[in-house]
Amino acid sequence: MSSKDNKEMYLSEKLYGDVDQVPTRNGYGHGLVELGETNKDVVVLTADISDSVRTQWFADKYPDRFIEVGISEQDMMGIAAGLATVGKIPFVSTYGVFCTGRAWDQIRTTVAYGDFNVKIGGAHGGISVGADGATHQALEEITLTRVLPNMTVIVPADSEETKKATLAAAATDGPFMLRFGREKVPVVTTEKTPFKVGRAETYVFGDDISIIACGPMVYEAIIAAKELDKKGISVRVINMHTVKPIDKETIIKAAKETGAIVTAEEHQVAGGMGSAVAEVVVENCPVPIKLVGVRDRFGESGEPEELMVEFNLKSTDIIKAAEQVLEMKK
Amino acid sequence: MKKTANEMRKDIIKMTNAAGSGHPGGSLSSVEIMTALYFKIMKHDPKKHDWEERDRFILSKGHACPVLYSAMARSGYFPVEELKTLRKLGSRLQGHPDRKKLPGLEISCGSLGQGLSIAAGISIGLRMDKKDQRVYCLMGDGELQEGQIWEAAMTGAHYKLDNLCGIVDVNNLQIDGFTKDVMNVEPIGDKWRSFGWHVIEVDGHNLEEVIKAFEEAEKTKGMPTVILAKTVKGKGVSFMENKAEWHGAAPNSEQTETALKELEVY
Ligand SMILES: Cc1ncc(C[n+]2csc(CCOP(=O)(O)OP(=O)(O)O)c2C)c(N)n1
Ligand SMILES: [Mg+2]
Repeated sequence: MSSKDNKEMYLSEKLYGDVDQVPTRNGYGHGLVELGETNKDVVVLTADISDSVRTQWFADKYPDRFIEVGISEQDMMGIAAGLATVGKIPFVSTYGVFCTGRAWDQIRTTVAYGDFNVKIGGAHGGISVGADGATHQALEEITLTRVLPNMTVIVPADSEETKKATLAAAATDGPFMLRFGREKVPVVTTEKTPFKVGRAETYVFGDDISIIACGPMVYEAIIAAKELDKKGISVRVINMHTVKPIDKETIIKAAKETGAIVTAEEHQVAGGMGSAVAEVVVENCPVPIKLVGVRDRFGESGEPEELMVEFNLKSTDIIKAAEQVLEMKK
Repeated sequence: MKKTANEMRKDIIKMTNAAGSGHPGGSLSSVEIMTALYFKIMKHDPKKHDWEERDRFILSKGHACPVLYSAMARSGYFPVEELKTLRKLGSRLQGHPDRKKLPGLEISCGSLGQGLSIAAGISIGLRMDKKDQRVYCLMGDGELQEGQIWEAAMTGAHYKLDNLCGIVDVNNLQIDGFTKDVMNVEPIGDKWRSFGWHVIEVDGHNLEEVIKAFEEAEKTKGMPTVILAKTVKGKGVSFMENKAEWHGAAPNSEQTETALKELEVY
């Protein structure tokens, strides 16, 4: 049997050709601007990097609801919690390392434990940040936030989905983490592609193996599926954009029906999306799994594309993992 | 030394151009501070980077590593040639300093606000061992917005760390604009004084003044010293001076040529 694209997902028509490339952070910026118009309670906070996290677009249109705190991420997180107590919907934005890392205790105890309606926009997620190197390449945010009760964690696949997730964040009560990136990445989805918090979407149907991906790795997974299909392996591709609360049903179904799983994320495998999938699989329907991601290594300076190769985050790495896991399935 | 400072400015321009990214603005404003430290003030041995008797330099504003790499190369830690590998895959000169890659770096850094605490820790440790080396820590003025800086400021005064000398590169700019507009940090001198530090204010581009300030710091006993160096972000390259846009953008080839020409007659 061969893999089949899910027509109901309305994926980009250019998916297998000259696919559009847009940074996911732009989706965040556009989402915030739209929210500025539609939701008067939305306020945006920035810690001295408003251009690069795209909050400047909101600031230009809604200066009265924009709060610059300077280089003080911990302060920013606390201010956001305070704003939430008076009915505002604060979006806190900085690089992923600095919001989830620097302000983690503020997130844990003030925001998550207190269950405040604070939205965290973590930019510059992943190795593809490039030349700035390890200090700015966030590879831990999924782990750091998905261990927190009350927290929702979303890793959108592309700019289109980032925009939808940003709108969804404002519409969903409670602490919310959005992870997006700096560099241009393929736009897989379209405006019409369904998106619902907590519901994974199957983009390609197949029965031999499932590839469960999030972020820009969804594109790599689709390309890997195409290649594997040529070798006679029918692949299911699932976009696991919501890492928490995770869509158990879709995972268990994939484990049962395909019997082998590869996960793919631009993040440390320890505690990341793949780990979250593995937790569900081992408890419900154990099948062999391979996790594609960064393996216990800090990032490095380099060109985004060469780093994706260096850190084994390309479709070819997914294919290799798929072949290994199919061996294990036998 | 003035000549060295100028060579360092050229290095900063050339290396960020070669990298296609990086942070020239805050590197150029720190040139005289770094020249004074690496070529006059600090006891160090570039050929023996782990020499126990060395003074310690902590770069807290890690993004300004081009000026540190240049000072290190020009004082002999590694070949000047290597500067052009900045930010490339496999380079020892990472976009933000990685101490495990480049010998001579005391710490890995790039997350603002953390350096002064580390410097205080080194100062306390050295004093425990009855050593008389000095510890220097370079911070940005925007960086002073991080609360941790003020936690460390308390530590420095509480433990009377007179072997510790902070330097703030007061160039009045950060990324989103002028520091006074983004999140005012003034009056900086009064803040440090009220925290119990000896404060020296100097023209950060006047080498003699900067050197004198370091000498005064060394003579000051019973409290730590902070030097507030009044500087110009992008100093020496007319189109970069006082422009937030040049915080984290590299010059293209044409701009590089213009900049190098200006620095030729500097
Ligand atoms: C904790 C942290 N937050 C944010 C950043 C991003 N960042 C890098 S440089 C910079 C501005 C620094 O301004 P300043 O301290 O004045 O440095 P200078 O003007 O000397 O370059 C910011 C916000 C960072 N590196 N670390
Ligand atoms: Mg500054």
